[in-house]
Parts: sequence; structure tokens; C-alpha cells
Amino acid sequence: MTDTPLEPTRRDFLKIAWAFFGGLALVETAGVFIAYLQPRLAEGEFGSVISAGLVDDFPPNSVTHISNGRFYVVRLGDGGFMAVYHRCTHLGCTVPWDPAAQKFVCPCHNSQFDQQGTVENPPAPRPLDLFGVSIENGEVKVDTGDLRQRQSFESAQVVYP
Amino acid sequence: MTEPTSRPSLFERIRARLAPNEMPSDDRGRMRMVVDSLILHLHPTKVIVTSMNWTYSWGLGGLAAMLMAILALTGVVLQNNYTPAAPQAYLDILEINSNVWFGELIRNLHHWSANLLIVVAVLHLIRVFVTGAYRPPRELNWLIGVAMLLLTLGANFTGYLLPWDQLAFWAITVGTSILSYVPLVGGWLSQLILGGPEVGANTLLNFYAMHISLIPLAIFGLMSYHFWRVRKDGGLTLPKSVDQVEEPKPERVTTIPHLVRRELIFALGWFAVLLIFAMFVPAPLEGIANPDVSPNPAKAPWYFMGLQELLLHFHPLVGAIVLPGLAVLAIFLLPFFDINLNSVGIYFRSRRGRSMTLLAMGLALAAAPLWVVLDEFVLNWSAWLPTWDTLLSNGLIPLAVIFIPLILLDEWTVKTFHADTEERVLFIATFLFTAFVVLTIVGIFFRGPGMSLYWPWAMPAAH
Repeated sequence: MTDTPLEPTRRDFLKIAWAFFGGLALVETAGVFIAYLQPRLAEGEFGSVISAGLVDDFPPNSVTHISNGRFYVVRLGDGGFMAVYHRCTHLGCTVPWDPAAQKFVCPCHNSQFDQQGTVENPPAPRPLDLFGVSIENGEVKVDTGDLRQRQSFESAQVVYP
Repeated sequence: MTEPTSRPSLFERIRARLAPNEMPSDDRGRMRMVVDSLILHLHPTKVIVTSMNWTYSWGLGGLAAMLMAILALTGVVLQNNYTPAAPQAYLDILEINSNVWFGELIRNLHHWSANLLIVVAVLHLIRVFVTGAYRPPRELNWLIGVAMLLLTLGANFTGYLLPWDQLAFWAITVGTSILSYVPLVGGWLSQLILGGPEVGANTLLNFYAMHISLIPLAIFGLMSYHFWRVRKDGGLTLPKSVDQVEEPKPERVTTIPHLVRRELIFALGWFAVLLIFAMFVPAPLEGIANPDVSPNPAKAPWYFMGLQELLLHFHPLVGAIVLPGLAVLAIFLLPFFDINLNSVGIYFRSRRGRSMTLLAMGLALAAAPLWVVLDEFVLNWSAWLPTWDTLLSNGLIPLAVIFIPLILLDEWTVKTFHADTEERVLFIATFLFTAFVVLTIVGIFFRGPGMSLYWPWAMPAAH
């Protein structure tokens, strides 16, 4: 037996244990509050599959606003469909379609997008987001829970009837 | 049987316990009264005469505290006529304006006090900065003050949504979308604060809760700490004239009546101004919030228009996160590298500091509008560098284009004026702050539909 205490001493060990479990308790408490503050998402509203109308309701080369789904049905010149989220990718303003200029022009910071949602004028950092489109029995259905961010326009984003 | 010795009556005893018989007439009694009172003992029993100089502190800290008191009082009564739910919130504001006794006056007072508070708090910060009053041992109180300024902005911003009109809805939509650009956790953070993917009913409730409980509680705590620290650090710094070498003489007078009288006159005067203003100038209220239609132009609250102007010129990560983050960090760190105690109390540090401040203001007044106009009509980085990521072409490159001349300018002041650290800090801070004020003014008065530049007198109506 020696007089020099073992490393770590009992006192050190208890200090470390207190610090560890005390810190853990604080982290847990913070976790409880953050979890509590998570948004409650309502089912069945914006976020579900929305029927936009029949294929023939949308003439080629047209842009139609579907207000309750917060998107535009874009029918391209070749008959293809896209569902474009109406929220600007810059800072979230609702982007109106300007039929005279054939562009989406954001009123907040003047971001501009062409018919396919591609950026024509910054500050928007990426094209307008898309929702998933499916065409069943001549009906255009848009899944507003299926939000797709993209960096550029690709032909795979277009759905044909 | 009645006692022969006359005992004071019940009422007499109650009155004597609640209020002193008469104002003390000697200094000893006056000092005693300060110590014995909960409110007055925030003050020392005696104050140094020159620290009360009107043209030194301008009473800005006291005015900020008074505005906080007005905000607390009017805020508490406004809650009695308000429901934090859409669309009831908007209807309640209409009721407050038309169908509640003095409702519009109380709302106007709350609105204008909140806006004035931002101006006053920023002026207070500037006063402390230009007199070097944050130097040791007052660094900690500077940090507390800056934290309170940020909380005040938070209180203003959360309060901005509560009327639930178009102005509120879109200013908050634009303001909170900035959060989604925070790297890694942005999307999660914005969901947490909004209570969903977009500004909606949950957002209103979240903001209301923060506006009436968390933020005021934090501000009250920090305010108490701030006042206590003022006394711990030996009161206000003392004014010095620009060529004065020796330390100012601390001649003291009793707080009652010298300081208390000034404070009462000052508070009453300002309250009268506010009250008259609130009687005649209504707080803005537009149509009810409509998520389908963004107004054109959609502007953030005026105190964030400088930030929104930055967003027009930079990638959002740079304009909304990096630049403001660096600015706040620099403000927090100021008292740790600007530490020359000899110039504490001298406005703008020295004669050289005064010239350099004017020069910095002049340069910023010329450079900032020039840059805004150039960027609007000539510079188009993302078109010139189409294959580059917009974070580079629209963010880091213009950032470098601005910061490199600023660094050269700083080196030039060292070479030409032999400027010390404290004067260089003053020069750069003046330049950046003046530029920010210019951007704010451009954003408020010169931006019209489509956020294009217009002369204020030729501004088309919003639609």
C-alpha cells in the first residue's frame, strides 16, 4: 500500500460523474422542449393529393393558378404537364404569372422565372420547386406532399398524358 | 378606558407606513431616502455633476427604459382585446381601433413607442461607442446592451405579425424565409419557428407567445442586470473635452433632487411628445392577410430594410446570414480590442478621430448610393459568370469587391493619418454604419414596384 492516491481519485471521479450526468440532464431537458415545440402538421389539407382538373381543361402553352393547392399547372407547348409551387425560392413570396411577359415575376425582389420555372433573373438561387404530377383517367392530380427542389430544368420533370 | 397618551389613529399609521411625512430638507435625509426606496436605490445616493451633462449622454438609456415601461403597460392592456388566431386577430385589431374606449390611442402608443425604441436603443449604442464608454471595466455591460438590442428587434419583429394584415403577413414571410438559408439546420429552424411550412395559424400563436412572455421576461432580466452593472462599474463615464489630458474632477451632488428632478422632467416631456404623436398619427393597418397575393412591393419592417437591400445585391447566405452575423460578432467584440482608457469620455476619441469620422461618413454617403446604382444597372455577376454557382458569382465575388477597397482604405488611414487602433475602429465602424443607414433609406424610400429604384416623389402607387 502506498500513500499516493490512485488516479483519478474518488473526488475526481465524483466530480466527473456529476458533470457528465448533470450535462446529460440539461441536454435531455433541452431535447424535451425542442420536441415539444415541433409543429403539429394537420392532415388532409395542403400536403395531400389535389385534383387540378381534366387534361383538356388546360390548353397547351397555358399557366393556371390552383389557389387551394398553392401551385400552378403549367402545360407546355408540347402538351406536357408540370405543377409549379407558387412560392418564390428566394424569400417565400407568392409569385404571380405575368401573361403579357410570359414569365413569373416575384413582387418582392424581382426574381423572374420562365414558364418552366427556371431562373431568368436572380436573386432567386434555384428554379421554382415542383410537386409530383400524375395523370389518371384524363385527370391531373398533384401531390402537394411531394415537394421537389431542383437545380435546373430537365425533361424528366415533365409528365405527358 | 382610554389611554392618556395619544396613539396615532389606524389611518394615520397606515399613511405613515406607506409614505414619508415630508420631503427631507437636508442632504443626509435625501441620501437616506434614496437608499431606503426600492426604485430610487437603482441610483447612488450622490452623482457626479458632469455625468449628468445633457449633451453628453442625451438621456438615451433612460428614454429607452421609459419606452420599455410604456410598452409593458400598453402591451398588457392590449392583450385584453386580442385573440392570437387567424383571422380573428385582424378583426380584433379593427375592434380595438373602432369599438374599444381609447383602443386606437393605446395601440398607437404601443406601435410608436416600439418603433422609437429601436431608434433610441441604436442611438444609445452609438453614443456609448463614440465616447469609448464600453472600455474596461464596462465590457460586460456593453454585451448585455447589445443582447437587449437584439431582443428588442425580436420583440418588434414578433409583434409585427400580430395585426395579421397584409403588411404583417408578407414582412414576416420575407423575414423568416431568410432563416432557411442557415447552413444545415435552416429548413428545420424555419419549420420550428413558423410551426409549419409557411406563415400560418401556428406562426401567429408562436409569435404571440414569444412576444408576450419569453422576450419581455428576458429583456426585464437583462435590464435589471444592466442597471446594476452601471452602478458596479462606477456610474456613467465622465465627459472630457478633446484636448483635456488630466482626468475629470468628480464633484458630487445628492441624487435628490439633482438627478431625480432631471429624470422626471425628461420623462414627462417625452411622454407628452409620444402621447400627442399617438393621438394624431395612426399605426398602419392594411387589408387582412391573403397568402395568395404578395403586395408589390413587399417590404420587411423598416428596421430590416437595410438587410432587405443587401438581399437584393447578394446571395441570401451572404446578405442575410454571413454579413449580419459578422456585424453582430464585431459589435460584441469591440470593447475587447478598442481599449485605450485615455480617450474615454471624449466624443470621437481625438481631433484626428473627428476628422476621420467625417471623412468616413462622406465616403460612405458617396460610395453606398453609387454601389446601389451600379449594381442595379451595370453589374450582373451571375450573367457574366453563368457557369459559376450563384453563391460565388452573386455572393463571394461582390463581397470581395466591397471588402478589398475597405481594407485598402484602412491601410491608407494608417499611412496618411498615423491612425491608432481606436481611430481605425471608429473609421471603419462609421463607414459601415453610414453605408447601412444609406441602404435602409434606399430600401424604405427609393424602392417601388418590383423593388426597382424610383425617386420618392415619382413613386408609383403599390398594387
